[in-house]
Amino acid sequence: MTTVAVDVKTLVIDGQNVSARAGQTILEVARENSIDIPTLCHLDGLSDVGACRLCVVEIKGNNKLLPACVATVEEGMEVTTTTERLTKHRRTILELLFAERNHICSVCVSNGHCELQSLAQSQGLTHVRLPYRNPQLAVDASHERFTIDHNRCILCTRCVRVCAEIEGAHVWDVMGRGIDSMIISDLHEEWGKSSCTRCGKCVQVCPTGALFDKSKIGSDHPKYPDFLPYLNLMREAQ
Amino acid sequence: MNIEELEQIAESVRLENAKFDHEINVCMGTGCLSQHSDKLRDALTAAAKASDKNAFVRRTGCMGLCAAGPLVLIDPEETLYQHVNASHAEEVVASLGGKPVAALQCDLREHFDQQVHVVLENSGHIDPEKIDDYIARDGYQALVKALTEMEPNDVIKQITESGLRGRGGGGYPTGLKWGMVAKAGHDLKYVICNGDEGDPGAFMDRSVLESDPHRVLEGMAIAAYAVGASKGYVYVRAEYPLAVARLTNCLREARRRGLLGNNICNTPFAFDVEIRLGAGAFVCGEETALIASIQGQRGTPKPRPPYPAVSGLWGKPTLINNVETFANVAPIIRKGGKWFASLGTEKSKGTKVFAITGKITNTGLVEVPMGMTLRQIIEGIGGGVPDGHTFKAVQTGGPSGGCIPNEFLDIEVSYESLIQVGSMMGSGGMIVMDDTSCMVNVARFFLEFVMTESCGKCIPCRAGTAQMHTMLTRICAGSGTMDDLELLVDLCGTIKETSLCGLGQTAPNPVLSTLRYFKNEYIEHIVHKRCPAGVCDIQAPAAAHVDVEVLV
Repeated sequence: MTTVAVDVKTLVIDGQNVSARAGQTILEVARENSIDIPTLCHLDGLSDVGACRLCVVEIKGNNKLLPACVATVEEGMEVTTTTERLTKHRRTILELLFAERNHICSVCVSNGHCELQSLAQSQGLTHVRLPYRNPQLAVDASHERFTIDHNRCILCTRCVRVCAEIEGAHVWDVMGRGIDSMIISDLHEEWGKSSCTRCGKCVQVCPTGALFDKSKIGSDHPKYPDFLPYLNLMREAQ
Repeated sequence: MNIEELEQIAESVRLENAKFDHEINVCMGTGCLSQHSDKLRDALTAAAKASDKNAFVRRTGCMGLCAAGPLVLIDPEETLYQHVNASHAEEVVASLGGKPVAALQCDLREHFDQQVHVVLENSGHIDPEKIDDYIARDGYQALVKALTEMEPNDVIKQITESGLRGRGGGGYPTGLKWGMVAKAGHDLKYVICNGDEGDPGAFMDRSVLESDPHRVLEGMAIAAYAVGASKGYVYVRAEYPLAVARLTNCLREARRRGLLGNNICNTPFAFDVEIRLGAGAFVCGEETALIASIQGQRGTPKPRPPYPAVSGLWGKPTLINNVETFANVAPIIRKGGKWFASLGTEKSKGTKVFAITGKITNTGLVEVPMGMTLRQIIEGIGGGVPDGHTFKAVQTGGPSGGCIPNEFLDIEVSYESLIQVGSMMGSGGMIVMDDTSCMVNVARFFLEFVMTESCGKCIPCRAGTAQMHTMLTRICAGSGTMDDLELLVDLCGTIKETSLCGLGQTAPNPVLSTLRYFKNEYIEHIVHKRCPAGVCDIQAPAAAHVDVEVLV
């Protein structure tokens, strides 16, 4: 019988003793143990960028907040995922997102199936104190099947990552910087004229109504990003 | 190359210089060049040739007093002339050996005598592009000493003993960083020199790269030897064309002398340096964004850990230090860590170069030992606030720092003390403000800077700085409310604690520090619709009979 040495770490998350393999992220371990940490830019099956900052957690003895999606576990770590301070920050971040572009749920194609909307509900966000910026951004409907509405985009870069890492086409990328950052296809071509392979993965992983299927307008538009871990698993098996 | 050969070169330079009775040093840094010091040099050369004086003209790097340029220093008399132009050339040459030209003379003993030059020891004294000039002033001795007499560990030990801390802003102990990279097990490692100086009003690194580029290369080579790296990159802004040109030239010279390349000093040690130009993004001064930029990717930061010391450029262990940090290395190796540690305060050793700008008499570059008080720097060396105005605040640390008011001018300059008063050391920019500066407007200016320089990756920094800027603009226009102020403080907290990189984490500092010391100015704008400094253009009529007590 062969044995494989696995480096096991034990830590505490929200008062619960848990064990993990070395190299696992706090988020992975928390979810394995049914502890919920809110996330937005993270998606199982894609690389993590630590951009949305919603998954920040407190670590005992560390003044800084760490993003659970990229911070790896350490022996004896004491993690707290929900505190007054964290909830306040998460709500403010959501407020910033809602005020950044245009997120009027009632007229959004993703109403009822939107991760941003669900997060606002689960985090108890009742109103936005900040002024809405409402920039007048373009809607690119040049693609025969899909549309991108930049007004609904939260720049989580899931589409960029799924296109580059899973589909291997790297059609999407980010242009500009700061508040003027924009998702673009190819070198700022119209989506319909770009090198898009029409696989539609980006539409399925988009957490909001920024990317949607034209044929679903006016009807329920749920998205199914769960195919990713399965796809990765099958590819690894080959 | 060995010590004897270096000595030979130095001796020949000395002999060459001794042929002349006078040396006319003309500053050809960016500041003086903008005032046509190149034409001045040509005129001086022609005048010297035409006269019977035995003098030669040398182009040098920055002499420090940038606002008084073009500067000319006559050696061995040590006469400094300011605001010299080509029409003065004959007069200056004629005065050699006799009475100096009184009308041009710059007599600022106090300005220079209080400074201690370590990083700037050669600035203004050597031709930056002549490697022999550098060697004549003990250049490359430290590298030869490290390679031939010291083990890599001894080098790191000396750096650790010196107490040198990162001069780019964070103040991380340099010896510790080197030790981490040295211990990282990999056959390929990199050394990066961070010359992406972007703080408004800061030009220390530019000056060092322009005035004494070999010093930086020597520091990098020593670092590479200590950590086991074989390849270096200097990341410098494309906005510094002169620094890039001089550095390129110096790289060629150093290679020709066998001080870069393979088998340096007949040892197995190999190291070469490449220059990478930055497109001027402030965020690329952040080390992970800088690495991304060198790799040809979008300059956005990555979460740390993993730190570059473990996984940096192309995933290999990478040492990143600032220009000024590398510039301190050669003197430490030459004179020993203990010597360096004898300068400065208990926790902040050595000297620091500051770029003093704003409402100050002697605008320019100064180098002072750590522990000097802000008052000594501003009122003594800087000559105080000009035109009869009164000092209001000094902004240190760039957009990541804060404004320090008059009551704290007597604190000693060190990494810790500046953080205590709500600012930070930063890379060394010091902007002096007088009673004509509106602190709300200053905060708005810095917020505008970080807003446009934010990379846009993480939400708190991308959207938060934009929201803060909107609020500050509203307050400056006289239409802000006390609720805005409360919300502003609230946003500061979230941006500070949740942003991905240093840019976002420190972005609220200008607002927090001005709110801490100049809250009354915010209230004047909001409640009385009045800008005390008269800077902000407030159109709204003053609100009548507002009960301030209740609102505050």
